[in-house]
Amino acid sequence: MADTPILLREQQYHQLKAVLARLRMDATAKVVFLVDKDGQEIASLGEVGNLDTTSLASLAAGNVAATGGMAQLIGEKEFPTLSHEGEKESIHISVIGRLLLVVVFDERSSLGLVKLRSKQVSQQLASMFDEITSGDYDDLDSPFAGITDEDIDSLFS
Amino acid sequence: MTFINYASREINCKIVYYGPGLCGKTTNLQYIFDSTAPQARGKLISLATETDRTLFFDFMPLELGTVRGFKTRFHLYTVPGQVFYDASRKLILKGVDGVVFVADSQEERMDANIESLYNLEENLRSQGYDLNKIPYVLQLNKRDLGNVVPVEDLAAELQRKGEPVVEAVASTGTGVFDTLKAVAKQVLTELRKG
Repeated sequence: MADTPILLREQQYHQLKAVLARLRMDATAKVVFLVDKDGQEIASLGEVGNLDTTSLASLAAGNVAATGGMAQLIGEKEFPTLSHEGEKESIHISVIGRLLLVVVFDERSSLGLVKLRSKQVSQQLASMFDEITSGDYDDLDSPFAGITDEDIDSLFS
Repeated sequence: MTFINYASREINCKIVYYGPGLCGKTTNLQYIFDSTAPQARGKLISLATETDRTLFFDFMPLELGTVRGFKTRFHLYTVPGQVFYDASRKLILKGVDGVVFVADSQEERMDANIESLYNLEENLRSQGYDLNKIPYVLQLNKRDLGNVVPVEDLAAELQRKGEPVVEAVASTGTGVFDTLKAVAKQVLTELRKG
């Protein structure tokens, strides 16, 4: 009884990336990425280089989950934003429904600017993601529709 | 929750290793990490205490290969086994696609196994899942030790729904990939059903 998979169309993916690109520019950020609350990276953009975005996505989700747990213990629903400021590099995370918007920035930007710009795109990202999760995907060919036991076994050979 | 990206042609699934403290969950991941080619896996992230007990979770992404042109990636997580970390265990089960229960085969750990299994059922329920319906494998670990409970007795006590039972010695790798394969196969089969 696992949850329904999230299916992301190519066009939706590029639309999300366009919003991230604008945010990255407006916030003078290094990297911007979107993560599902379960830790799945949805899209990333910027100076990714050697940055391990998969691990970062998982840890960001863990971080939000842990602080969300703390919020509930003190009677809050959740903490909608989290910021971690380092000597040179910093991270700002916004919780947008089931999405996490993660912005990595350095001294070229500021927390205030990142917060402001993140907030400005939150609504747009939320409605785009609603569309993604509530859409009709009957026209998409599931890569698993015709999968055979041999296909699955071949992954382990 | 499975995530299928048609643009990057990737499929990501989440598998959680569950079980009592010191049963070998992290050892399973460590063995998979050590014996997988670097290009097929990411970093093994361990959020552990100074004495190497899992504090929050271990995490490792593993790419298994390509199915119908889609890269198939499994995100492997462990939970902290110690009883008092229950809040963390609940969080890690969010969005899970498949579960491995790692049982400690030693006689003196039988009660801990049973308690942890009940805890798993309860925590899955609290996240809206049913153990009877989710891809699931029972691994009987530490079979190399002297004081182990016979497999039939462990299975009689711990097996819930006819799930695959794999005997293992995670420290040497015995049964580790068999376990992963058994759960991954169920996850992919679920996806086929749609």
